[in-house]
Amino acid sequence: MNFTEVLRTAVFALRGNWMRSALTSLGVIIGIAAVIVMVSVGQGTQAEIDKLVSGLGSNRLDISGGSGVGGGGVRLAAGSRYTLSVDDADAIRKEIPEVQYVAASLRGGTQVVYAENNWSTQWQGVQPDWFDINEWVIASGQAFDARDYSGAAKSVILGDTVAQQLFGDQDPVGQTVRLGRVPFTVVATLKPKGQGGFGQDQDDLVVVPLETARRRLSGATALPPGAVQQISLGVGRAEDLSYAQTEVEALLRQRHKIQPGDDDDFTVRNIAEIVATRTQTTRLMSLLLGAVAGISLIVGGIGIMNIMLVSVTERIREIGLRMAVGAGPGDIRKQFLAEAMLISLIGGVIGIALGIVGALLVGKFGSLPVALNGKVVGLAAGFSIATGLFFGYYPARKASQLDPIEALRQQ
Amino acid sequence: MNASEIEARAPRAAVIQTRDLRKVYSAGTEAEVVALRGVDLRIEPGEFVAIMGPSGSGKSTLMNLIGCLDTPSSGTYHCDGVDIATLDAEQRAGLRLEKIGFVFQGFNLLSRMSALENVAMPMGYANVAREERLRRAQAALDAVGLASRAQHRPSELSGGQQQRVAIARALINRPPILLADEPTGALDSRTGEEILALFKQLRDADHTVVLITHDAEVAAHADRIYEMRDGELHAAAAQQASRP
Repeated sequence: MNFTEVLRTAVFALRGNWMRSALTSLGVIIGIAAVIVMVSVGQGTQAEIDKLVSGLGSNRLDISGGSGVGGGGVRLAAGSRYTLSVDDADAIRKEIPEVQYVAASLRGGTQVVYAENNWSTQWQGVQPDWFDINEWVIASGQAFDARDYSGAAKSVILGDTVAQQLFGDQDPVGQTVRLGRVPFTVVATLKPKGQGGFGQDQDDLVVVPLETARRRLSGATALPPGAVQQISLGVGRAEDLSYAQTEVEALLRQRHKIQPGDDDDFTVRNIAEIVATRTQTTRLMSLLLGAVAGISLIVGGIGIMNIMLVSVTERIREIGLRMAVGAGPGDIRKQFLAEAMLISLIGGVIGIALGIVGALLVGKFGSLPVALNGKVVGLAAGFSIATGLFFGYYPARKASQLDPIEALRQQ
Repeated sequence: MNASEIEARAPRAAVIQTRDLRKVYSAGTEAEVVALRGVDLRIEPGEFVAIMGPSGSGKSTLMNLIGCLDTPSSGTYHCDGVDIATLDAEQRAGLRLEKIGFVFQGFNLLSRMSALENVAMPMGYANVAREERLRRAQAALDAVGLASRAQHRPSELSGGQQQRVAIARALINRPPILLADEPTGALDSRTGEEILALFKQLRDADHTVVLITHDAEVAAHADRIYEMRDGELHAAAAQQASRP
């Protein structure tokens, strides 16, 4: 029996019991739709993590001042003691060749004022490599030049959010804004990065040269000379990261004269490690979601097998007759397999449509990120075919192995 | 037709030839049943033969063997020259498709299909194209006098009409052997006569008809009659009178 004939016979058989066929498909529809929605959510979350990785840089380290012990023995947060200095940054730059970028920085909060607009934001006082490490790109204007850094120039670069808030559509470059009470010249704006991996607005900041920040913005705080809050560094190759981390730790311990056995007075934060943990969590979540979807698909498949077995029993005389008039075991197997495949394929097509709609709705109204792509749909289509094949095979084989004499004798 | 006339047509081989055919069920156990005890049967093309016998005599077993639905425990069966002992289930199906047309007591039509589709159904397994199939099925229905009923479902037909549809279906692949198992059993006697008359027409059109029945009156329509008794086949008196 050729393919069209097998298909025609299968369609005919399914139409004859269309209510049953539709209900059986429903199991596959739900299973496939669940696979699409769940996998899309899993992939969406993974994509968020990837964005986080690229947003923070997977080959960077962040060193902050040691968590100090304040008055009354209260343990203070990392960076609350100024144990790092510009000299530390210079030493790292000089002595650890694997480190490609080094930037010491200070930060704080301030009001930015332009004309009648003002905006509360974060400032960052940075060294030149900071832009590369954090992958900031100048949108318009010029980056700080060497004299800005060395001369503690009152130049500022605005993040996109700040520029929008203060200037709207106007070009801020060349304008004067006040940070607190100090007037600064806007030399550039940054290209927007959007929301960060932790949901914060990355573009809500202003950037000034490190020495400017020390003299003009953190004046009120009594800083030790040359002190910085953070040193960020980037290695050229990601595989050097943990080696660089060890080197940096050793160098800083030596420079800070920390005795063996004593605690570090600084903290090295490896973003890659944090990201790896989060990726693992996400992967586990995706796996669980996928498993739930997979189980519902299996339940759908069992439904198909169940109905096909019932169908074989019900149509045992038909099978016997078809065998008597010349249908071979292969023909019978093909016929029942085609029916199971058709149920699961139709279920698959409808399930894919529903799954796509469902994923889009979750993406639109749900709080979960959704990444819908052809791969997910292809996977679902493959699953629906596999379901039909897997769960249809046993009943089809059972039908094909019937003895025509026995089958014809059934009432 | 007498023996010498059959000899005269000699070059044509027998369509059904069995030698010492035996069938034992559950061999070697306490439930062992010997259904056939060495059956020798030779049927020539164009014959109308009846095999008679009460239930339990082994005639169903013989019919299943002749119909290539089953294989013998020992002995040989050549179906239109093919030794079925060597065939697997798939090959036996192929042989049934080509050589055997079945007519059953209960008609065995597929209730959701029209008469036309029922008749056309076996040709699907012979990979005949659909248009050709429907054309031939219509011709076959014409031949059994049901041209106008082609689109009717079996439930819309009388018993006699249903059996005609079944006969059309049995003949659709032009098999050399037509095997009818109690074909009149579910019909009233007048309709049964019509069906038997149709068999005679088919014999005259050079089909080989093997009729299995428990009813002597029905068997009497055949040219030759065999009787099954306890798994053994015995020739009964020839029915010369029924031949026109």
